[in-house]
Amino acid sequence: MLRATLKSLLARKVRLLLSGLAVVLGVMFVSGAFVLTDTLGRSFDAVFADAYEGIDVNVAGKPKVALSEMQGEQVPTTVPAATVQRIGAVAGVAEATGVVATDGAQLIGSNGKVVTSFGPPQLGSNWQGESDLVKLREGHEPRADDEIVVNAALAQAGKVKVGDRVGVLTPLSPKQTFTLVGIFGYSGDRDSIGGVNEVAFTTPVAQRLLLGEWDVFTNVTVRAADGVSDSALRDDVARTLGDGFEVKTGAQLSADASASLKEGLSFFNKILLGFAAVALLVGTFLILNTFSIIVAQRTRELALMRAIGASGRQIIGSVVLEAVAIGLIASVLGLGAGIGIGALLAYVFGNLAGGLTLAGIGVPASAVIGSFAVGLVITVVAALLPALRASRIPPIAAMQDVANPDRPLTRITVTGGVITGIGAVLLFLGLSGNAGDNTLAVILGGVLFAFIGVALLTPLISRPVVSLLGAIFAWSVPGKLGRLNSGRNPRRTAITAAALMVGIALVTGVTVILDSAKGSIGALAQDTIKAELVISGSTTGPRPASFDPAVLTKVAALPGVQMADGEYGDMGMVDGKVTWLAASSDVTALQRIFGAKTTAGDISRLGPDQMLFSSDAARSRNISVGSTVTVQASRGEPRTYTVSGIYESSELTSPVQLPPQAVKDFAVPKPNQGFIQLAPGTRVADVQPQVEALLVDSPEVSVADRDAFIEQQTGSLDSLLTMIQILLALAIVIAVLGIVNTLALSVLERTRELGLLRAIGLRRAQTMRMITVEAVVISVFGALLGIVVGVGLGAAVVRALKDDGITDLILPWGQMGLFLLLAAIIGVVAAVLPAVRAARINVLGAIAHD
Amino acid sequence: MTATVGRHSQAAARANDVWKVYGTGEAQVAALRGVSAEFERGRFTAIMGPSGSGKSTLMHCLAGLDSVSKGTVQIGDTTVTGLGDSGLTKLRRDKVGFIFQQFNLLPTLTAQENILLPMSIAGRKPDPAWYDTVIDTVGLRDRLGHRPSQLSGGQQQRVACARALVARPEVIFADEPTGNLDSRSGAEVLNFLRNSVREHGQTIVMVTHDPTAAAYADRVVFLADGQIVSELIEPTADTVLDTMKKLDTPVEVAG
Repeated sequence: MLRATLKSLLARKVRLLLSGLAVVLGVMFVSGAFVLTDTLGRSFDAVFADAYEGIDVNVAGKPKVALSEMQGEQVPTTVPAATVQRIGAVAGVAEATGVVATDGAQLIGSNGKVVTSFGPPQLGSNWQGESDLVKLREGHEPRADDEIVVNAALAQAGKVKVGDRVGVLTPLSPKQTFTLVGIFGYSGDRDSIGGVNEVAFTTPVAQRLLLGEWDVFTNVTVRAADGVSDSALRDDVARTLGDGFEVKTGAQLSADASASLKEGLSFFNKILLGFAAVALLVGTFLILNTFSIIVAQRTRELALMRAIGASGRQIIGSVVLEAVAIGLIASVLGLGAGIGIGALLAYVFGNLAGGLTLAGIGVPASAVIGSFAVGLVITVVAALLPALRASRIPPIAAMQDVANPDRPLTRITVTGGVITGIGAVLLFLGLSGNAGDNTLAVILGGVLFAFIGVALLTPLISRPVVSLLGAIFAWSVPGKLGRLNSGRNPRRTAITAAALMVGIALVTGVTVILDSAKGSIGALAQDTIKAELVISGSTTGPRPASFDPAVLTKVAALPGVQMADGEYGDMGMVDGKVTWLAASSDVTALQRIFGAKTTAGDISRLGPDQMLFSSDAARSRNISVGSTVTVQASRGEPRTYTVSGIYESSELTSPVQLPPQAVKDFAVPKPNQGFIQLAPGTRVADVQPQVEALLVDSPEVSVADRDAFIEQQTGSLDSLLTMIQILLALAIVIAVLGIVNTLALSVLERTRELGLLRAIGLRRAQTMRMITVEAVVISVFGALLGIVVGVGLGAAVVRALKDDGITDLILPWGQMGLFLLLAAIIGVVAAVLPAVRAARINVLGAIAHD
Repeated sequence: MTATVGRHSQAAARANDVWKVYGTGEAQVAALRGVSAEFERGRFTAIMGPSGSGKSTLMHCLAGLDSVSKGTVQIGDTTVTGLGDSGLTKLRRDKVGFIFQQFNLLPTLTAQENILLPMSIAGRKPDPAWYDTVIDTVGLRDRLGHRPSQLSGGQQQRVACARALVARPEVIFADEPTGNLDSRSGAEVLNFLRNSVREHGQTIVMVTHDPTAAAYADRVVFLADGQIVSELIEPTADTVLDTMKKLDTPVEVAG
């Protein structure tokens, strides 16, 4: 039996490989994800271990607002110079150095543009002299207040050299100009550590520009005296300092820093695994279909085996064994490809991050186990149904000429209906927010059930739809034949189309959601923002772009400008809860520009000890006019405010509004956006260049009219959409393989029929056209299904997000038309090989073959 | 309607010194060894011979389904030998009809659609009067809307015959048309083929190994070892059987 199985496997290697390819791609994503995260993770470990090597113990102030990775960058409390002295006096301390180091020091390159980062910090620091790690390559250390040094990678990126006058932006101050007096590198001849760039000032300048205070540091690094263990010293220092400080060993610091980065990586990992799941789902359809067709084609052979004594179980065994063999081969290939892809992505990522030195490509056990588990399980599960069917073939079938009997679709349709129903219920539960912590899992389960259910319903739908679609081509004989062929085996057509459906449905669904979000936000902004010009910048680092507040005053003084408002923001705490704090330079902007309506109190003015609440925030926190609340911004001391007014919540308003005096304690005490309202009759084109000229020293931002601003704000959604579409294109590619496979198998099955057609005068070109029509009908059917299901899923999500501001359901008609066109092209492409094969069929051989 | 022409007038199909050799070198096998034959218009000719005699090969070569190693084949005034795929397709489309042992109908099409398929592929319309004649002759009028799976074997073969006839080809090649039928259905199909020759002047060349089937023909050509060895005019089942026996004897001695 084993021998017979292996022989039949070898005989059909090409088509099995084709279906196995889908599994290969899925497994590739799985192993690629693990290899990528492992490699990058170890690389970051190495980077941090290296960067913190000279530090035995580190002391930092506890941040005033504790934030998680997703909420934003924490701003640590500063450490006074006196504390450095105290630490230096602790027994066992060889040396205690006060360090100023904050993210967000941006160098303006020689082209006048800010040198941006794709993630690694842009450190501003105080020059602490050369060390084992840091070495000056040229020039000298910063001695005067207007002197800085930068690392070699930054000098290269900004195309600046020693002696140049260069501009630097810091979170706390507008652009300042310095002389670049030196360029430094790191041990091992590195230009940067892990893509981090660094601008080093003299200590007083660093304190003033980066911390806004004198004689304070962000942290203190401690070197232990010989023979003193790091952890013992840490405990001693902590005891001496008491509460309010975070004292860690260098190893802890490195592990913590690495862990927070890895959290970001694991998100990346999950995305890749998500796409692997999509690829594998599509692959399951493909394998199921291939095995079904093969079993149908081998009916006589299998019946013969039954007739000569093979048991039903042996038949199942033989089909499953084939599946195992394919699963194994696909897993091995997928693992290999995944290692390649993972390594490639790690390389790209490393380069993008500005020269992360990769710690060698690792293949973690999870990649190997995951690959084989996924590859094998998927293949075997997909082959199980066809195997069961094979075992039910009666021995008598060997003697009969059974073509593919048309089995009734009742059972499959009922099952499909039930599963679709379960999917719908799960989706409803998930989207209505009744699923609690499991919301995401419930929604994903709902989508999965919906896909499987619709796939099972597809055979029933396929009859009328395919015949309708095919009618377009029925004007020619080959077209008519192709149309009939595509409706010939509804199950086969359905599963092939369903594979395409999954990809197209996901792309359509995501497009519907993002387009709706974009449209809703755009429409809202269009309706409510009453500003003709907007100053804003795209966020490149962890902090949003900001500009010099002095610009606002100058803009307000321009002729034709009625109002110039600057918007500030900070992640802070209101009565102990992390909350987004907003402040306007002109509080009347709330009503005059953002159209906020008064719910209670007075929202048109704000004293230095007063604040405003949005109606939603007030309701959830039980706040009314007159309540007092304590607010802690990123820096400074907590302050108590009296609530003087409550405004109606809208998508454009923040939960709370603080007076302009509060911004000095914000992490970035500079406005992120400016809204300029013009006097009636003033031309936008007259004012815009003047504002542009005023912004010359704030290269992070630019001024745009309202439409361009809305476009900018929603532009990030566009790039998100493009990214998702590119990744989901993979699912579509797999589905194309499925169409090729089904057609190739059908051509093989109909060799005799094709021979007959050729014998009675069908030309080669006509034969090819016939196959092409079949492929196009199947793929367009799949795309139609996908669009319908995708719009359904998208509309459900949009509806569920109604309260979150996505009010308009926008259907991407253009995109949907494009998908249909794409599906037709896919059909033509998928048909090429099978069609050529069909056209090449030897007429005599086909007819004579028995 | 093509007039019945005399025996020595222009042939509907002709083989001139046709050789068909398979393989090369030591493994060379000659299936046809210099076969020359003419198949007259308006006649029903049967090709007979024991298994391996080359009768099917001869038919395949005549019909342009297989190439010849040497010699030439003509259908009407067209030289088949040397035609490319498109030429052969055109030949099959316009001048040749086929009836196979396996019924070879398209399962997706109804009986009527199957019958009209060669015409629609060629983009021609059938002569309605002739179409009616054919349908009435095969007696399938009440079955035209059925698909092949709903027809009996005999009915399916009659659909195949009608398909070959309706385009009025120069010649119809039938390869064991009754091989898969019971004797009654077989007799129906053979009667029907003979009538189309006698009444409508159709030319038919049929390969068979069944003496009873061959007896329906006007003429039987006997093949053995790739050569024409004998011929019978106006055969009966008995004379065919006798000739076959004579052919078999030397083979048995040689074996």
